[in-house]
Amino acid sequence: MNSWFEQSGPQGDIVISSRIRLARNIERYPFPCKLSNDQKSNVINDIKSTILNSSDFKEKLNYVNVSSINKIEAQSLVEHHLVSPEFINDLSYKGLILSEDKSISIMINEEDHIRLQVMSPGFELDNIYNIADKLDSFLDKKLSFSFDNKLGYLTQCPTNLGTGMRASVMLHLPALSQCGAISRISSDLIKLGLTIRGIYGEGSEPKGDIYQLSNQITLGISEKTALQNLKDITAQLISRERKQRSEITKNIHVIDAICRSRGILKNTILLSNDEFMKLMSNIRLGVSIGIVTGISFNKINELLIKVQPATLIRDEKQNFTSIQRDQKRAKLVRKYMNEAN
Amino acid sequence: MLCQSCGKNQANTHIKKFINGNLTEYHLCEQCANKIGYQDVLSSFPFDFNNLLGSFFEEKNSSVLSNKSKSVHCEVCGSSFEDISRTGKIGCANCYKTFFNRLMPSIERIHGNTNHTGKISYLASSDESLIKNKINELKSEMEAAIKDQNFEKAAKLRDEIKELTQKEGFKDE
Repeated sequence: MNSWFEQSGPQGDIVISSRIRLARNIERYPFPCKLSNDQKSNVINDIKSTILNSSDFKEKLNYVNVSSINKIEAQSLVEHHLVSPEFINDLSYKGLILSEDKSISIMINEEDHIRLQVMSPGFELDNIYNIADKLDSFLDKKLSFSFDNKLGYLTQCPTNLGTGMRASVMLHLPALSQCGAISRISSDLIKLGLTIRGIYGEGSEPKGDIYQLSNQITLGISEKTALQNLKDITAQLISRERKQRSEITKNIHVIDAICRSRGILKNTILLSNDEFMKLMSNIRLGVSIGIVTGISFNKINELLIKVQPATLIRDEKQNFTSIQRDQKRAKLVRKYMNEAN
Repeated sequence: MLCQSCGKNQANTHIKKFINGNLTEYHLCEQCANKIGYQDVLSSFPFDFNNLLGSFFEEKNSSVLSNKSKSVHCEVCGSSFEDISRTGKIGCANCYKTFFNRLMPSIERIHGNTNHTGKISYLASSDESLIKNKINELKSEMEAAIKDQNFEKAAKLRDEIKELTQKEGFKDE
């Protein structure tokens, strides 16, 4: 079965993926920071048995014993966006449930007992919310989640109170990024209860011009309204990015950069992750405006994950030096770029 | 570096938020940071920023603590308010009840809101009276807002009531 990240979806030229995450806690236990190890095991077993005993979900969802996986595999789960970086800091007394296509993941004993996540390629927030909602209702009925009439779903961190929902879209915004529009947009978004940040790399220069736009406010705003806000702003960003793309592609330097990137990626022998992210952003832009052909957004999305440092060497038996790593990355990228013109 | 919000003043406040594994960074000038309310949020939930930001927040916190009894602990998990404000983590559902009055100002600053309007849990939704109570509670808040001529707040509450009544299929009497 193809994993969700090996595909592209609606508005796939700009929206790489959509994600919904719900924070939930089981009423009869304290929050994770106050759980004993025995209680943590009980939380894991309760959730695990609820899922594995359900006729609706047992076929689709599998339990992953994360305490037995190594650091590289754990890091690779982060690179696949299946778990958070905090989750793998200490994997003892943690649990993970994954769907076969990796579109659904449930982190157990992260910041809350349950972090339920549904992802999809492209701009698909409504569909994935419905999936998350259905699974959430099922778990709530069986496990009874902490809920307060005034404060909504109760969470360990008050920033998630209310709906406990973070909805986000991962966007490729090379044109807006190049004209310096992101930081201006970013300050407007704060006022609207949304936030945008670079998803790869830290600080003001995100790698690969890939950003994540998500809601910040969870209390006093319904799931429906929060999703609508996010969809409206995403639609606006899409149209601004497209408009800006049609502007910058009149620029000979931009066309030159795209074609040079294609040349390098088709021929490179050594390729660092930073360089890959930079050049692949140009290729993605090139595909969207028809300068680069022969490689699809699906393939680019797939490659974006496969070349990340831990995922790249996950299946290797021996340790890799950084040169060997860059060599392996270059070989993989050449293979994917083989058909590209 | 110039402030990311106004683009005019020199940024002197670097805000790094690490929430749910999401790192967000802002470089803001003092005025903009104040405007957006980050200082206020931090003053009640100092997390580890406390040491960094110096005595300003500590003073505010200690005055809060000295005014209230320090010995209150949550009956379920044993957390004190001090534990919560030091770690930024609430111990259990009951903490929200125990420290309700002291948590509410920070919660309102984080969300700009204090009333949940989204999905209702299975147990709560099976109790119709709870939803009715909530609608009534919001209605009286709305009436109070109208009396105060705070129409912005009233409109917001009206929308919340509308959403709740529609969602649960109750008639808005």
